[in-house]
Amino acid sequence: MNNEITTAELIAGTVKKRRAREKRLKLYGIAAVVAGVILVVILMASIVSLGYKAFWQSFIALDINFDPEVIAPGGIRDPDTLRQADYGLLVKRALKELFPDIRNRRQKRALYRLVSVGAPDVLRKMVMKDPDLIGTVKTVWLPAHSDVDMFMKGYINPDEPESQRRLKDFQLAWIQRLIHENRLEKRFNSLFFLSGDSREPELAGILGALMGSIYTIIITLLLSFPLAVAAAIYLEEFAPKKNFWVDLIEVNINNLAAIPSIVFGLLGLAVFLGFFGLPRSTPLVGGLVLALRTMPIIIIASRSALKAVPPWIRQAALGIGASKMQMITDHVLPLALPGMLTGTIIGLAQALGETAPLLMIGMVAFVVDIPKSFLDPATVLPVQIYLWADSAERGFVEKSAAAIIVLLLFMLIMNALAIVLRKRFERRW
Amino acid sequence: MQTSTLILLLAALSFFAYYLGVAKAKAVSSGHVRNLHSLPRYYGYYTALWCILPALLLLVVWLIFDDTLISQLVIASLPPEIQQLPEEQLGLFMNQIRNLVYNEAFSSSDDPVARAAAEHYRFLKHLSQRCLFVIALACAIAGLSWARHHISPKLRARNRVEKLLEFFLIASSTIAILTTIGIVLSVLFEALRFFKLVPVTEFLFGLHWSPQMAIRPDQVGSSGAFGFIPLLTGTLLIAAIAMIVAAPIGLLAAIYLSEFASRKIRTVAKPMLEVLAGIPTVVYGFFAALVVAPFLRELGAAIGVPISSESALGAGLVMGIMIIPFVSSLSDDVINAVPQSLRDGSYGLGATQAETITQIIIPAALPGIVGGLLLAISRAIGETMIVVMAAGLTANLTLNPLQSVTTITAQIVGLLVGDQEFDSPKTLAAFALGLVLFLITLALNVLALHIVRKYREQYE
Repeated sequence: MNNEITTAELIAGTVKKRRAREKRLKLYGIAAVVAGVILVVILMASIVSLGYKAFWQSFIALDINFDPEVIAPGGIRDPDTLRQADYGLLVKRALKELFPDIRNRRQKRALYRLVSVGAPDVLRKMVMKDPDLIGTVKTVWLPAHSDVDMFMKGYINPDEPESQRRLKDFQLAWIQRLIHENRLEKRFNSLFFLSGDSREPELAGILGALMGSIYTIIITLLLSFPLAVAAAIYLEEFAPKKNFWVDLIEVNINNLAAIPSIVFGLLGLAVFLGFFGLPRSTPLVGGLVLALRTMPIIIIASRSALKAVPPWIRQAALGIGASKMQMITDHVLPLALPGMLTGTIIGLAQALGETAPLLMIGMVAFVVDIPKSFLDPATVLPVQIYLWADSAERGFVEKSAAAIIVLLLFMLIMNALAIVLRKRFERRW
Repeated sequence: MQTSTLILLLAALSFFAYYLGVAKAKAVSSGHVRNLHSLPRYYGYYTALWCILPALLLLVVWLIFDDTLISQLVIASLPPEIQQLPEEQLGLFMNQIRNLVYNEAFSSSDDPVARAAAEHYRFLKHLSQRCLFVIALACAIAGLSWARHHISPKLRARNRVEKLLEFFLIASSTIAILTTIGIVLSVLFEALRFFKLVPVTEFLFGLHWSPQMAIRPDQVGSSGAFGFIPLLTGTLLIAAIAMIVAAPIGLLAAIYLSEFASRKIRTVAKPMLEVLAGIPTVVYGFFAALVVAPFLRELGAAIGVPISSESALGAGLVMGIMIIPFVSSLSDDVINAVPQSLRDGSYGLGATQAETITQIIIPAALPGIVGGLLLAISRAIGETMIVVMAAGLTANLTLNPLQSVTTITAQIVGLLVGDQEFDSPKTLAAFALGLVLFLITLALNVLALHIVRKYREQYE
């Protein structure tokens, strides 16, 4: 009797403690989830805050006099003359007109440096497109130098001592005057979306890297999807159970999915470049390497899609006289295809973000031209991000973050597509 | 350019062949399809395959061999004094010719012999392309007409087409094996060449790593330049920091989400965490190098502790963030696989939910959790971009997380990027590191998969 009471008391005494422990564990769990979510938010917020400004860029309005004597001396207007004319001189003259009182040579050079070295190129393109501009005077918005842009975006602090700044006091005075005259403002940066890489931050764009990524992903898709689906069908539908070779293949697939991607880069370097002698830095080789990398992922997804097709579909098909291959191609495959495509899109989104293996096969080259085929030297978006992030100049860091935003947008679209596909075609049996 | 036209043409032809095959099958069926062995479309496939496959095979073989053959022909046509050059110089000469042929704008060679040879090369190339065009098309048409001629009601077209398809399926599934073999061979061969220059023991047990020394010829394989231990400690240090971050957060999040959280919270929080898994590693690298590292450095300066801007801590922390969803989703799977009966039994005995979790579910799921953690470690060891961007390249043998260390993957990238010579010990060292990395991750993966599988079988 006595004993019973003490047991009940014992338990009652511990209940509070046990409840507290319960609460504590729950709290830890909530803390962990919240920490994870906060980290996602910090990551995204810091990238967006570093990068969103790159979509606007400083431009300077100059009254360019398209002097026929400079562009087409003697009235010759064939494309070659127009292409080789000294458009830099036009920019310099326009600047000199704005600031006529600058005589000092060093100051003059500093003045010219307010405008990007790419400005003459902008004028060249304008004249090549419309030769009637020659002889007219027109206000043109030309990209400003990256330092000016950085000042406009608040990255250069005018209160710092002059010797530590990239812009000197007299340059800041000019900039203030330009702003005052409405000749310097931030405008939408279409150059960023329309040009390739450049040594100058204000001229660098992502189009080259984007095209490289697209070519690479096309090769990856064309190779990995059919081969992976075929492999999945064989393993799921045809392969004998408890067979040494089949087990070997399965172990290999599981391992390949977990091997670091850089090892695939070494494979590409030694086999595709070294042994087969395929051209370096090209989307073709990049696509091959990424296809090998992505295949295990697609195989695993495709197999589970095939597993989800109920066995009575197969039995019914066989029962009405289909051959095994007909049962698969005409009945099982159409039902499994949405699941396979979902897996493929997720695998390709991963391949789109892959960087390390592509460094190994030379896709880090500095490529200005926009690649036009699978055999042109190219770089891809993630590698471009890496290159810009590694650069010392402040202007490139901003571009790098902006390129990340573009890359993440692409991945978001792909993943959303995969989710829609799954929701739309998911079947419960 | 010409090749792609040819392929398109072949595809069009085989498309045409399909209809020819179907038409022929219907023609020989004497009025009713049931007289045929297979459905008419299989006769179409049969004809189309006969049309395109031999031609494609020819195309591939031709493209593989034509460059070698043309080079041989060009060499044979060179003046004898050049032909007698040693092999390496002859190779250089041929490269010069190829440069003249393919990118004329960039080559400045004025050697008349080379120019003449380049002209010859171009002529042969042109000729070869035309021959290929004609022969491949002829081959396709021959295949087509042969198959079409053979079509009769008794032809087992379906069986033949299916046999081929099955062969394709088998071949595709062996690619996984081929890839593994390719990885092993490519890494192993170069690594063996490296170990001829630098003894294995020195590589495995050396305490100094400074591959740059090896550029000077008198320093090749000199002692101490290729010791791998500092890289290993650096790699393990960063992986350990990552696991210290990822394991508790990932595990606790998994426990909360699978045991405590309501459905609603689960459907919101789980995808939020999985966003972390979808972010490319280069983005984490950017975050580590340009956000976390400067923050840590300033924090260190504020509290008077010098923190390197390439500290192991920064790289490790960010890598930890990257691995959180990996740990949490693997643990989640494992915890969900614990049978409900165990939970019910525990509740029935009066245990609280927390007691059930810590004393029943976790011990039951432990092998699976350990397997998942091993996979996460393997992931951390093989991660490249974060360490390339945020960790250093100088190999310090230290366990101080505030200092700069380097890792195996960062060194592989450092050694290979921008380096074109295939034979220098520097390049070969990268492959030796690749071999080690491959073996470490392979061992971890095999072990982890084995544990997880054993665990799953236990509850099936």
